[in-house]
Amino acid sequence: MSFDPELQTADVEMSRRSLLKVLGGGILVLASVPDAFAWAMSQRGQTLPQKIGAWVHIGPDNKITVLTGKVEVGQNARTSVTQAVVEELRAPLGSVEVVMGDTDLVPYDMGTFGSRTTPTMIPQIRRAAAAAREKLTDLAAKKWGVDRTKIHLSAGKITSGIHSASYGEIAKGQPFDEPISEHVPLTPNKDWTALGHPTQKVGIRDFVTGKHEYTSDLKRPGMLYAKVLRAPSFGATLKSLDTSQAETLAGVRVVHDGDFVAVAAPTRRLAEKALAAIKSQWNEKPGPSSKEIFKLLRGDDKIASSKTPDGAKALTATYTAPYIAHVPLEPRAALAEWDGVKMTVYTGTQRPFGVRPEVATALGIPEKQVRVLVPDTGSGYGGKHSGDAAVEAAKIAKALGKPIKLVWTRVEEFTWAYFRPAGVDEIASAVNPDGKVVVWEFDNYNSGSPGIETPYAVPSPRTDAHRTESPLRQGSYRCLGATFNNFARESHMDELAHEVGMDPLDFRMKNLPADSHLRTVLQAAADRFGWGKEKPAAGHGFGIACGQEKGGSIATVVELSIDSQTKEIQLLRIVNAFECGKILNPDLLKNQVEGAVIMGIGGALFEAIEFANGQILNPHLGRYRVPRYSDIPKIETILLDRPDLGSAGAGESPILAIAPAIGNAIFSATGTRLRALPMGF
Amino acid sequence: MSVEIEVNGIKHKIDAEPETSLLEILRDDLGLTGTKYGCGESQCGACTVLMNGFPIHSCVTQLSDAADSKIVTIEGIEKNGHLHAVQQAFIDEGAMQCGYCVSGMIMAAVGMLNRNPNPNDEEILMRMSGNICRCGSYPRMMAAIKRASRTIRGVK
Repeated sequence: MSFDPELQTADVEMSRRSLLKVLGGGILVLASVPDAFAWAMSQRGQTLPQKIGAWVHIGPDNKITVLTGKVEVGQNARTSVTQAVVEELRAPLGSVEVVMGDTDLVPYDMGTFGSRTTPTMIPQIRRAAAAAREKLTDLAAKKWGVDRTKIHLSAGKITSGIHSASYGEIAKGQPFDEPISEHVPLTPNKDWTALGHPTQKVGIRDFVTGKHEYTSDLKRPGMLYAKVLRAPSFGATLKSLDTSQAETLAGVRVVHDGDFVAVAAPTRRLAEKALAAIKSQWNEKPGPSSKEIFKLLRGDDKIASSKTPDGAKALTATYTAPYIAHVPLEPRAALAEWDGVKMTVYTGTQRPFGVRPEVATALGIPEKQVRVLVPDTGSGYGGKHSGDAAVEAAKIAKALGKPIKLVWTRVEEFTWAYFRPAGVDEIASAVNPDGKVVVWEFDNYNSGSPGIETPYAVPSPRTDAHRTESPLRQGSYRCLGATFNNFARESHMDELAHEVGMDPLDFRMKNLPADSHLRTVLQAAADRFGWGKEKPAAGHGFGIACGQEKGGSIATVVELSIDSQTKEIQLLRIVNAFECGKILNPDLLKNQVEGAVIMGIGGALFEAIEFANGQILNPHLGRYRVPRYSDIPKIETILLDRPDLGSAGAGESPILAIAPAIGNAIFSATGTRLRALPMGF
Repeated sequence: MSVEIEVNGIKHKIDAEPETSLLEILRDDLGLTGTKYGCGESQCGACTVLMNGFPIHSCVTQLSDAADSKIVTIEGIEKNGHLHAVQQAFIDEGAMQCGYCVSGMIMAAVGMLNRNPNPNDEEILMRMSGNICRCGSYPRMMAAIKRASRTIRGVK
């Protein structure tokens, strides 16, 4: 991604001006601090803005508005941002509105991914809100001629003795452009009344009544529905095109630009009919299939293994993971409007400021002539970093001068979005008879380095992530490559425990550093499960695994049974223990943890993209199985609160331990080790 | 083809090809966007509505099959500002993350509870397994359905 630092400055100025227009007078605070994550990315050669920011505004109408580039995709960032402001401003929940992901109004933000909202954005918003609170205090003290220590803010009111005023009355006509002091006092977490407490999803009533408008629900006067002509396979180029029949349909418009062909019509059904009437021929090229993918990704590079120390047992094993799809229930969608100068695009994306240059480049217009807005979206899981539908809708809207709505079908979403990378992990290890791991060499092919470093205390481990050419478009996913790398590692640790005849929990404890957070979550999950008890019947298995990523630590214990005849795997019980520092919202956190675990069941047992010659062979929910009600056993989740630590994000890391815990339980039930995801007989 | 359907108590005359999906009619023609598109293949349940009291997948229901029927969508179960017991239970249990599946989930549950206000776990799993929550809020949705069942039956 390219990034223009001047545009970032322009953004701040532009958004300050637009904000004052939109919000009127009052107190306006910008929080902007270096983001360590952005800095780290820039060290890896990516030019990214190194600041993150958010606006907090208190209007004369008493309304508190927060503006952030983060977006809401089901992880409930809207709620945690609201809690943060309510906490620091002592304001009622209903008085806060959070504007998210509108590139004309909010400060630049790299995107909503990597579990960054909680550790980076929430502290900034708290600081901005706290600064606004201190400013209100100063203004009230001055107005009433009392000492600022005698000013109280509570439930949206400022009081001091006989004096009382709303925030709006004090904030009225007060431009506030001062930078935030480094030392603005934040509310200590022992005094929290909003943060740290269960708080309902903001706007939940609109979701149970169907009133909430996702991108795909938006409408504009004169809007046309669009369909894009898809190539029959990846990399195919257009050989011949005949749109004459489609163009005879009343109301149908055709857009043709190189290999991009689209139709638009006043109704969805007419657009579909027009698409079906187009005749096209394509130049296609052959490509590999999912059957040979691991051989292809692995290549034939020789990796030299180090010597096994005397007395130690050596073990080498290979693990594989297929491409899998995110399957957000809301497929990619966009509504684009062109007014002759400016392109406004509503779309469900995790990176509005990434989509903006994508659209600008595609249209050949400056980025400042593009506005991207993100309605709260029907999930992403790392799958909506790109602006595919936005770019397509924008091209059509500009060509036709009409508002265009484009909603991808499920087949398009399965085919033309990107996938979680397929991968191969090779582990060469050795263990002493006393259970100490003494050699650890880990090679990953294609799916990447996240989570590749072992949390176990091993002398001089070697880990390498080898880049390969992926035949399919691949990208981010919940916890990135860490889910698979952790599967390989935690499966292998179990295998090593078996090699030396040790209990898998004891074996992990023996090899974890004394200060590892994993020890605590492992013990908590094992205790709740009753680890060490007898298996209730033949064909039952218990499995334990753990994982750590982005500041979160998870342990999962699984009980399952395997039918001796059909070999069907049935999950019976899942126990999780999770720790991510100080908990901001225990209710929504538990939902995230269990949701990630349930999503992980899909990758563990069912999900795999099949492909050949540039075509996806199973782009249907009937042929690509995701977890359903009947797949879910009893789940118990323990949340370990650490008030002494900062809060880490939790949308991703809880997915780490479920797949290896299932694999280890399968081994415990059958004595068979399954090293390929998805696991099954 | 001109077809008469009753949606949320209001009669509509629809002029469209008989094979047009009920989902499209509801969302695009009648503006009832609470019902969602998820797959178009009767696999995810996001488009669930009630037809003559039974939950159906509106994405594969053709307009001709909906002729003269009574349709109820998510917009039609709130009465005089009072949420349906299932809607309230989804709020009380916080039974969602992104919310995209929720309309379909609620309508499937309403349809089930209309027939049997006291379903056991096995029946809930069977009746609800046509509905996907990709965020994995199933445990809470189970709890919400049981809570709604208790409310409807007047037990605590």
